[in-house]
Amino acid sequence: MNYNWDWGILFRDPYAGWILDGLGWTLVISLLAWVIAFTLGSILGVFRTTSSPVLRAIGTCYVELFRNIPILVQLFLWYFVFPELLPDDWGRWVKRDMPAPALTTAIVALGLYTASRVCEQVRSGIEAVGVGQRQAGRAIGMTEPQVYRYILLPNAYRIIIPPLTSEFLTIFKQSSLALTIGVVELTAMTRQIEEYTFQGFEAFTAATIVYSLVTFTVMMLMRILDKRTALPGTFSHGAT
Amino acid sequence: MIEMNAVNKWYGKNFQVLKDCSLKVAKGEVIVVCGPSGSGKSTLIKTVNGLEPINSGDITVDGVSITAKKTNLDKMRSSIGMVFQNFELFPHMNVTDNIKIGQLKVLGRSDEAASEKAAELLERVDLTEHAQKYPSQLSGGQQQRVAIARGLAMEPKAMLFDEPTSALDPEMINEVLDVMVSLAGEGMTMMVVTHEMGFARKVADRVVFMDFGEIVEDAKSDDFFGSPRSARAQEFLSKILNH
Ligand SMILES: Nc1ncnc2c1ncn2[C@@H]1O[C@H](COP(=O)(O)OP(=O)(O)OP(=O)(O)O)[C@@H](O)[C@H]1O
Ligand SMILES: [Mg+2]
Repeated sequence: MNYNWDWGILFRDPYAGWILDGLGWTLVISLLAWVIAFTLGSILGVFRTTSSPVLRAIGTCYVELFRNIPILVQLFLWYFVFPELLPDDWGRWVKRDMPAPALTTAIVALGLYTASRVCEQVRSGIEAVGVGQRQAGRAIGMTEPQVYRYILLPNAYRIIIPPLTSEFLTIFKQSSLALTIGVVELTAMTRQIEEYTFQGFEAFTAATIVYSLVTFTVMMLMRILDKRTALPGTFSHGAT
Repeated sequence: MIEMNAVNKWYGKNFQVLKDCSLKVAKGEVIVVCGPSGSGKSTLIKTVNGLEPINSGDITVDGVSITAKKTNLDKMRSSIGMVFQNFELFPHMNVTDNIKIGQLKVLGRSDEAASEKAAELLERVDLTEHAQKYPSQLSGGQQQRVAIARGLAMEPKAMLFDEPTSALDPEMINEVLDVMVSLAGEGMTMMVVTHEMGFARKVADRVVFMDFGEIVEDAKSDDFFGSPRSARAQEFLSKILNH
């Protein structure tokens, strides 16, 4: 093989900047999608465990719909199909005129998909806290929302820190799918460096290291959070 | 104070867990509910504060019907204390906060008033030095005393107890029963599901015996222990007293 190794390329203008830019967009997609996923997923997880049959049905339908369609298909549906279903003006806005259409679509699609997974984690956390806690809260006169706010959710979130961590890391990795609709995030930038310089090995090695570093950092942060929120006299989860 | 009239409840279509249960607890009265496992005691006591809905019949507490549409069930519940078999303290709050949370969020008391009340109740159940501990750092008997204090903090009209001592090691049973005896002595209206026949004999005004979802016997406690009328209650008593 006649390959000219040149690790220096990674530190040279403009390629170093490209990698950082790519990482920036990857983080933007992941974090914003996570905000959607965590908020919506928590609401739906609560829905699935309330006493209201209507809310439970809404939660169940959402999960069945979003969890069972592959994320790449969902991304394409939102990007290519959804705008066509809207009235002309709106469709044009979604495709072209809204700020950063591809980026926004990627964030929303990932967020909505992951919400279905977060929902299931939140639901299982609430169920693990138990019927007894719910009854104890109601017995002192708390309303159902108060029981969730003060008793069920604080305990449920503590229980599900490890699975939520892996959901976030999944979003982070899946953010690379955004390149399929033209978002120039970390993986796309890496490919671009390869195309410009033919130094693919170096570029992809750098990307791998950057992805791993972020994953490692997130895991450390969540472990600290897990320890910080552990109740006295109990053990935190340790390794996730 | 508590009145149940022909209460029926089904789980699903085929299983009737409460059959035509009627019962009265006068103000200041202590009644003990006993019966074999699965006879519906927990279900019965949880219908009193509406934790378990009923299919027919009526329940009133202090003259207010819990089945009536216009009744504010949450408000009603805050005026009836409940103690569970498994304590059910809130694990993420320390002992004091467990006793304060209902006062703060349900009664709307000030933090100062709630803290004062909590301290007073902890003194009363003899747990002052554990005020800052978390439930997992306490013994079962201590946890159950905190749970009683949590209920009392709401200044309830009546207290419901569902097997408050049956999850406890034998040496801790008395510390909980002692608190309950003193409550009864102060005139608290109490409905107690328990197999502690010593407690029943000592403080209960009446004993209610349940079997297969029916109230089989409802007698003054002297009569109940003297000579229960039903064969089923006799059999149950002989089993339990021989232990
Ligand atoms: N949610 C439920 N769905 C269906 N059946 C139930 C449910 N809860 C309780 N049961 C059944 O109802 C019956 C009465 O239950 P309950 O807990 O009231 O009995 P209990 O007298 O308190 O028994 P124990 O002494 O074991 O506490 C039991 O046969 C139980 O299996
Ligand atoms: Mg029971």
